[in-house]
Amino acid sequence: MSEVHVDSTGHAEPNFSTKAIWKTFWILLFITLAELLLAIVYYEKHFIPKHMLNGLFVIGTLAKAFFIIAEFMHLGHENKNLIFSLAFPAMLFIWFLIAFLWDGDSYNNLRNKYDSHYVEKSKTPVGKNPGVE
Amino acid sequence: MSQAVPAGQKLWSGGKSPYNVEYGKLMMWFFLMSDAFTFGAFLISYGSIRFASNSWPDPNHVFRNFPLIGEMNIPLAFVSLMTFILIMSSVTMVLAVTCGHNNDRKGVIKWMIWTIIGGLAFLSCQAWEWTNLHSEGAWWGSIATEAGSHFLNANGSTPTTNFSNFFFTITGFHGFHVFSGVIINIIMLIKAWRGDFDKRGHYLMIEKAGLYWHFVDLVWVFVFTCFYLL
Repeated sequence: MSEVHVDSTGHAEPNFSTKAIWKTFWILLFITLAELLLAIVYYEKHFIPKHMLNGLFVIGTLAKAFFIIAEFMHLGHENKNLIFSLAFPAMLFIWFLIAFLWDGDSYNNLRNKYDSHYVEKSKTPVGKNPGVE
Repeated sequence: MSQAVPAGQKLWSGGKSPYNVEYGKLMMWFFLMSDAFTFGAFLISYGSIRFASNSWPDPNHVFRNFPLIGEMNIPLAFVSLMTFILIMSSVTMVLAVTCGHNNDRKGVIKWMIWTIIGGLAFLSCQAWEWTNLHSEGAWWGSIATEAGSHFLNANGSTPTTNFSNFFFTITGFHGFHVFSGVIINIIMLIKAWRGDFDKRGHYLMIEKAGLYWHFVDLVWVFVFTCFYLL
């Protein structure tokens, strides 16, 4: 499915191959299964710290996002101007994310420091553990 | 990997799109950007509240059910199925777009039908998930707080309604996008079946609907990670 065909505007362009699509599908499936395996193994046996596990999940998610955008949405094959017009605000978004999470963390630290009632309420177990009577 | 531009052609000199795409496709991309920021803002506010909390319900306990098998405990199995369904429907959508590029009307119809089925299957799964969680005591403004509740924070303390409020709002907003995407896909299917695109000479509208559908899948990847994994 890679022979040249003439599209409606009269320009010859390469046929969009389905091979790349299925390859992307297998990559997405593999990453998702890897994440699930990590989650299940962690549930049984905490073999790495939680924040390291979270870091791996985030990396997996970003990899999946990259493949969906580049191949399924075809942006990887588009004009460089278009790619950058969309990528640049996304980079500003990274700052947005860090700033707000940092702010939430600061709020938590201040609250723990000054609000003893909150500390008590949020750290006293109700039952044994979730789901256990 | 960008489309080849003849040497010496200045993209910003006017007369043609500097992005080398048609107007509708460019506008769809800009709309998706704005929608991505909306979802991103929701998820970042969720993250801020979680960072501001000492503890949070454990997804391995909240999401342990599966339809039709009673009280078994298989964390995350059902949401994995939902993710698989949505990714598959994205694949069938790309195949529909590819058939559109080849002006293969029958292929477009076939793959659009599969995409619509995938979307409806996902919505059904989400409806079951919502019903299941509601029956266990979670909803906007309420969460089960007694001993033995599956919603207790990971450190055993009383959960707040932050968890359920954010969960239902964000997955609801996403589900609304899936629903509108299914409606759009049904309209595309009808138009393809009637021969509207053959008459027009191109299937570009399918491609734009495809961008929206992939966006829906993309958002789910992030929502799934934030609520079920992290």
